[in-house]
Amino acid sequence: MAWLLVAMPVVPLLGALALLVLPDALRPALRTYGLVVSGLVLALAAVVVAAFDHRRPGAVQFELDMPWIPGLGLRFHLGVDGVSLPLVALTALLTFLCFVYLCWGGARAQERFHGARPRALVFTLLVLEIGMIGTFLALDLLLFFVFFEIVLVPMYFLIAIWGGGGRRAAAVKFILYTLLGSVVMLLGLLLVWSQTGTLDVVALSRAHGAGMSRAVQILAFVAIGIGLAVKTPMWPLHTWLPDAHTEAPTVGSVLLAGVLLKMGTYGFARIAIPVLPEGATAVAPFLGAFAVVGIVYGALACLAQRDLKRMIAYSSVGHMGFVLLGFATLTPVGVNGALFANVAHGLITGLLFFLAGAVKERYRTSDMPSLGGGLLAVMPRLGSVLTFASIASLGLPGLAGFWGEMLALFGAFQPAPGLPRGLFLTYMVVGGLGAVLTAAYFLVMLSRVTHGRPTAQSAQEPPAGHPAGQGAMGGGPPTQEAPDGGPVGEEAPGGGPPAQEATSGGPVGQESPGGGPPGQEAPGGGPPAQEAPGGGPVGWEVPDERPVVPLGGVPRRAEEPAVTSAAAGGGAVSAGGGGGAGMAPHPDDIRGYELAAWSPLVVLTLLFGLWPGLLLSLTTPAVQSLLGAVS
Amino acid sequence: MTQQIDYYVIAAPLTLAVAAALVLVLDAFLPARRRAVPGLVTLVGVLAALGFVVAQSLSTAAARGGAGAGGAGASGPGVGAAGASGAGAGGGGAATFCVPPGLASGERLCSFVMDGFALVFAGLVLVAAVVVVLLSMTEVAGGGIPVGEWYFLLLCTLVGAVTLPASRDLVMLVVALELVSLPVFALTALRRYDGRASEAAVKLFVVSVVSTAVMLFGVSLLYGVAGTVHLSRLGEVLGGRVRAPGADPGSYAPLLEAGHGLPAVVTVGVVLVTAGFAFKIAAVPFHFWAADVYQGAPVPVAALLSVISKAAGFAGLILVLVAALAGQAATWVPVVGVLAALTMSVGNLLAMRQRHAVRLLAWSSVAQSGYVLAALAATAPASAGHTRAATTLGPVGAALAYLVIYAAMNLGAFAVVMLVSRAAPGNELDDYRGLAFRSPAAGLALAFCLVCLAGLPPGLAGLFAKVFVFRELVGSGTGWLALVMAVNTVIGLYYYAAWAGRVFTPGPAASRSRTLPATWLAVGVALAAAILFSVAPQLVLDLTALSALG
Repeated sequence: MAWLLVAMPVVPLLGALALLVLPDALRPALRTYGLVVSGLVLALAAVVVAAFDHRRPGAVQFELDMPWIPGLGLRFHLGVDGVSLPLVALTALLTFLCFVYLCWGGARAQERFHGARPRALVFTLLVLEIGMIGTFLALDLLLFFVFFEIVLVPMYFLIAIWGGGGRRAAAVKFILYTLLGSVVMLLGLLLVWSQTGTLDVVALSRAHGAGMSRAVQILAFVAIGIGLAVKTPMWPLHTWLPDAHTEAPTVGSVLLAGVLLKMGTYGFARIAIPVLPEGATAVAPFLGAFAVVGIVYGALACLAQRDLKRMIAYSSVGHMGFVLLGFATLTPVGVNGALFANVAHGLITGLLFFLAGAVKERYRTSDMPSLGGGLLAVMPRLGSVLTFASIASLGLPGLAGFWGEMLALFGAFQPAPGLPRGLFLTYMVVGGLGAVLTAAYFLVMLSRVTHGRPTAQSAQEPPAGHPAGQGAMGGGPPTQEAPDGGPVGEEAPGGGPPAQEATSGGPVGQESPGGGPPGQEAPGGGPPAQEAPGGGPVGWEVPDERPVVPLGGVPRRAEEPAVTSAAAGGGAVSAGGGGGAGMAPHPDDIRGYELAAWSPLVVLTLLFGLWPGLLLSLTTPAVQSLLGAVS
Repeated sequence: MTQQIDYYVIAAPLTLAVAAALVLVLDAFLPARRRAVPGLVTLVGVLAALGFVVAQSLSTAAARGGAGAGGAGASGPGVGAAGASGAGAGGGGAATFCVPPGLASGERLCSFVMDGFALVFAGLVLVAAVVVVLLSMTEVAGGGIPVGEWYFLLLCTLVGAVTLPASRDLVMLVVALELVSLPVFALTALRRYDGRASEAAVKLFVVSVVSTAVMLFGVSLLYGVAGTVHLSRLGEVLGGRVRAPGADPGSYAPLLEAGHGLPAVVTVGVVLVTAGFAFKIAAVPFHFWAADVYQGAPVPVAALLSVISKAAGFAGLILVLVAALAGQAATWVPVVGVLAALTMSVGNLLAMRQRHAVRLLAWSSVAQSGYVLAALAATAPASAGHTRAATTLGPVGAALAYLVIYAAMNLGAFAVVMLVSRAAPGNELDDYRGLAFRSPAAGLALAFCLVCLAGLPPGLAGLFAKVFVFRELVGSGTGWLALVMAVNTVIGLYYYAAWAGRVFTPGPAASRSRTLPATWLAVGVALAAAILFSVAPQLVLDLTALSALG
């Protein structure tokens, strides 16, 4: 059965190589190609989960151990146990969902592939998947390091090529920062190797630090810990994260938050703590302190953010603080909580970044004040899922986000013997306050984005960075109108408002000349739409497509007739627009492919929230065997 | 008494020398339109020499296998002493130009030993030479360069580079090193009416002559103290195992003693010799010539300087330090450590600011020399008694492994630079914008080589090369150098990533220019080696195990 584990990194590798060797043969089927390859990996992961012996999750299963570089003592040693299994499954799932999102999303709007280079994108994601899965499977220190490093280059290109405005700087910052961390980690790993003479993680954790003096253990733990903490990221080393997240494309953010951060925390559970128990005991109080600062700092930073993606990125700092606090307790309860919070964060924050990407794509901005409010009214389904994900993330009992943080705090209540209890009690209290702050910033975010009235402000003209094509499109209606009717001219001196409304779609702008405030017009909205000369259906489409403005081809064509019709029909038609926006379900709400990509995450969040035992039964025995010496 | 020469042992340099003569004659008598012939003759000569080297290494490996574990265990801190004394007697390799038995007291002293160490270096040089010759074919085809002279000088350099690692006495070392250097001045200046090339040649000439003078001074001091030029005997004297002629134990004040009852002037000699080689490998503070010369010289010559000439310099440095001066490790290990730290830091920092591709590669190759030096600085002084894990390579092995991998990836980068330089003579980094779209093969090859040089996956070769060095450093307790190198790895990544990023950003449309298939072949050879080392780094380790001095 060991071939299953080999196949998991090898399948994306072969998939990527095939892209390189046979570009022309695969070009027509590129979107489905990525889907198929990652689906294959997901299927393999599912088989592993099914075939995994759930009665002994503490043991390493499907083990494969082959020499690779005898001169270096490096062995190709793979295996899964209760700690790595959920993460492997999570990785396979998230990658697959990213491809689902890209596959149909890409087919719908060419620009999500950013106009070009779908082959490079699929290639990059597949290489990324090799590294991510390999990291969780590796049971050899150097092999772990190699896989750990594999993700750097594809993630760099993912940000640098498909990212947002400041992508170049963010990508460089990301790769330099994490490389510095991982080189220091390499030194720590080599120190362990030079002292014990083996790179085998299983043997090293079984030895529980035998053969290494306390000083060496502390030094090695600090070195390895710095490398992992950069990746996690831990509080003072986190500064690469917000930039990378803000600039990365949606799939990049999802994988970065959902999987890459987990590689850091997984390293603590797999290598740092079991292999260097004495070092862990010595450093744990400091680790806990940084973790707690991270929790509070992350929450406060979130409160100060204007950008939705940046806020979610900072929330990751806070959540990872809980994970690190759990590890710092060195108790089975705390570590269990950390691992649970790890997986839960992967699911929930992955979902949040998908949602933020969707919002950004619809509004062309993720700046919260510019978004205005009223997402729930304009796009009720999208708003609901966003609300759900935020509430899950803030740790509402009954959803997955709760258990991990609760267990981590609970672990801090009674830390491992040898750790100062009073200190950890303080951590627990501060961490608890941080949890309250977490709730605060998510609620503030919800109140700013999802609630409120979808007034003109909610569909405001995005600020300066607005692409020219859309500007032209949005700008179209008012210029055509101006000669048409005097009333518009009256509005014009108002400056801002008409322009803003106009971009949101002609209709709102046309409402105003029709008379009264838009809000009042809205209720009467439906029927007049039929008046639209040139066909009712067009009139109906107009309001529907409004926020779709950025979406390119199809809406553009729909808009043109709408403009003429609006010009002819005057205010009445546009009143229909206002009404449609307020009341009817929005076709631009969650789309099919988005639903397909998100629903597994929603379901799993609910599942783990309602039935935490499912995950804990896997990790508990594994954690106990890993912690053997500490507790 | 006649000197017996074993011509099989010197077959490789002999073949190259014959080919050099042949090229010169052919050039004189062939019609001018047959410009390709000298290149092909050169290629055949290099391949023939390579054939001899392979045959010799096969027989050496067989002898090694027969000799048993004795040779395999020779790596490690004591490598110099064990290797030097075992060179003549053990299964170490064939030797010639020996002191006749009647004249030598004690064990046999030979000036030319084709052992594993020499064979690995010779193989490295010759494979690199194949790539350089292939690159030359394109360069020479452009006209403006006298063909016969070019290949003649190239072959002369190669004779020196192959002879140098096999040299086992100081005089031979210096002669071989000059044979490597002298033709390169001419090669650099061979593109006539090019001011930059002439300036580069003069700069290289001056630096090289100064370094030779410095080294000769050091060599003469060592000879004066030890009374011998043979490295193995030097090692014994300076290691305190044999008394230096004329030295009277206890005759020096403790302050003036260099250990083992030797005068302090030994220290001066050690430092001067190290400095002389440091010029050749462009180590800081003797680095300033690198960028100007690399940029001024034709691209194949820059590739030659950065790989072949550098490998020769390192071969000499390793021979002198490890074979002859092992006993003085307490003197040179800190010096080499500081040199390594300075070299990698300054090289990387200067490379960050470069806009010109070859200049960037020049500084990056300076930085890479620093990593190789760092491996040497991990040599534990014999008295420190560090315990090493059994699987360790030893400092020499790590340095050699790094050099082999570096040669592959650096030549790959130079080969692509050569390709691009045909279309964009300016060779600015911005000329690489969109290379991946204009020519996907070249773009991917360059990106792979750069990622290798940076030491990140998927360029596993570069990653493992750094791991070898890191492991030696951590194992020998040279933690500070490991940290410096860690930071440098990150700095290095900055400019490699910036360059690799340019390759993938959309750029101007293609301006097709004809490139000879030879250049593509060069790219292919270098890239194949880099990929092979990435997939199976064990190959490099097997090679270096063969090389364990003696």
